[in-house]
Amino acid sequence: MKTVSSLLNPEWHARYKRIAKLNIRSSIYDVTNKCNLRCKGCFFFSSDEHKVASEENDIHKWEHFIDKEKQRGVNLAILIGGEPTLYLDRVEAFYRQLPTFCATNGLIKVPRDRFPGMMVGISLWGDEADEKVLRGKDTFRISSRNYQGDPHTYYLYTITPKQIGKIERIIKKIKDVGLKVHMQLLSNDEGVDGFSWTPEELEAVCKEMDDVLDRYPETVVSCKYYHQVITTGMMLGREFGWQECPSVTKPMDHRDPQPKRLIEFIRWASDLNTMHRCCTSETRDCSTCKDGAAHMSWVMVNKRAHMRSSRDLQNWIEVYEMFAKLYQFIPW
Amino acid sequence: MLAATETADIIRRVSEVLIDELKLEDVSPESFDPDIDLVDEVGIDSMDLATVALVLQDEYGIRIDEDDYPKLTTVRFIAEYIHNKRP
Repeated sequence: MKTVSSLLNPEWHARYKRIAKLNIRSSIYDVTNKCNLRCKGCFFFSSDEHKVASEENDIHKWEHFIDKEKQRGVNLAILIGGEPTLYLDRVEAFYRQLPTFCATNGLIKVPRDRFPGMMVGISLWGDEADEKVLRGKDTFRISSRNYQGDPHTYYLYTITPKQIGKIERIIKKIKDVGLKVHMQLLSNDEGVDGFSWTPEELEAVCKEMDDVLDRYPETVVSCKYYHQVITTGMMLGREFGWQECPSVTKPMDHRDPQPKRLIEFIRWASDLNTMHRCCTSETRDCSTCKDGAAHMSWVMVNKRAHMRSSRDLQNWIEVYEMFAKLYQFIPW
Repeated sequence: MLAATETADIIRRVSEVLIDELKLEDVSPESFDPDIDLVDEVGIDSMDLATVALVLQDEYGIRIDEDDYPKLTTVRFIAEYIHNKRP
């Protein structure tokens, strides 16, 4: 039988042990249906998820709900929206009870006196020109001013095909404001012209992501195996899709056979009762989904499948470490 | 003595369930080290443990509390846990 220590030298084994018992149990929460931006390609609005449930306005009901989530074993609350910072009382209710990650467009600054250690992920969709086309304004100018040098903040840079050849410039901009960056790829839910990936573009972007990781290891929070998996949609010869995705809401997951999946994962709508099917849009074609967290989780839940060789297990460790850093389970 | 024999039987059965459910290769219930750390060495995760726990719960008529998973780090610990919980 292949064991972990037979595949890893002592240094890698120590890294493995640091993460192997974290038992991260995340769920995702729509904090609100409202947003202060309307971005082309945003799955939340393009698939009308903001209309499926009317949001709960009573903060006491949020607090009660979060208590129940904690009892359900959730140990990582991932807050999305809409724009969570429009309702800081709801964000605070999570932050008081659970390790919390808040995704934001960065236009509103999270007050650090109320949220001293909360991890904030700022969405960024490219350079000034693409941000204006897709989001109506250059959000980086505002978000970088709000969060410059913040040790608990990183940019979640959604790379589009138009960014090929321009990624390094963005990474340097982020480095210059003293922040870190994690990269994922746009899934073009709205069919915006020129923003759908071709196989050649995916190959090129993988190389470019590898390159910026090599050049800016202190700024880029990533690993090459993740780049490979997200750009090819392949892992250990298996193809990403509905039958493989680990991020399906548990009570709505009737797949047979059941794949390896996130334990008890639910994505809740902001009425605190309605569930969404998965971590992204229900209307998305799973075979072309490029959701970064889903692909990371896909690797993470398939640990023993990566015990084929030392390199495979090291790849698994690097992806798990990346996730654990992005959600503050281990330091940067 | 009876307890020791009984525990040894449970150890063997737990090893069998682990091997079958998790499709572990190149190991038999006889050769499975009951003291090997299941997470640090075998590489199982909490979902694997939940899968195994479901089978063992049915078979032994006990409830394996999820809060107890962190204690169930070896086959021997699982067997002792079952032994102590059995009616």
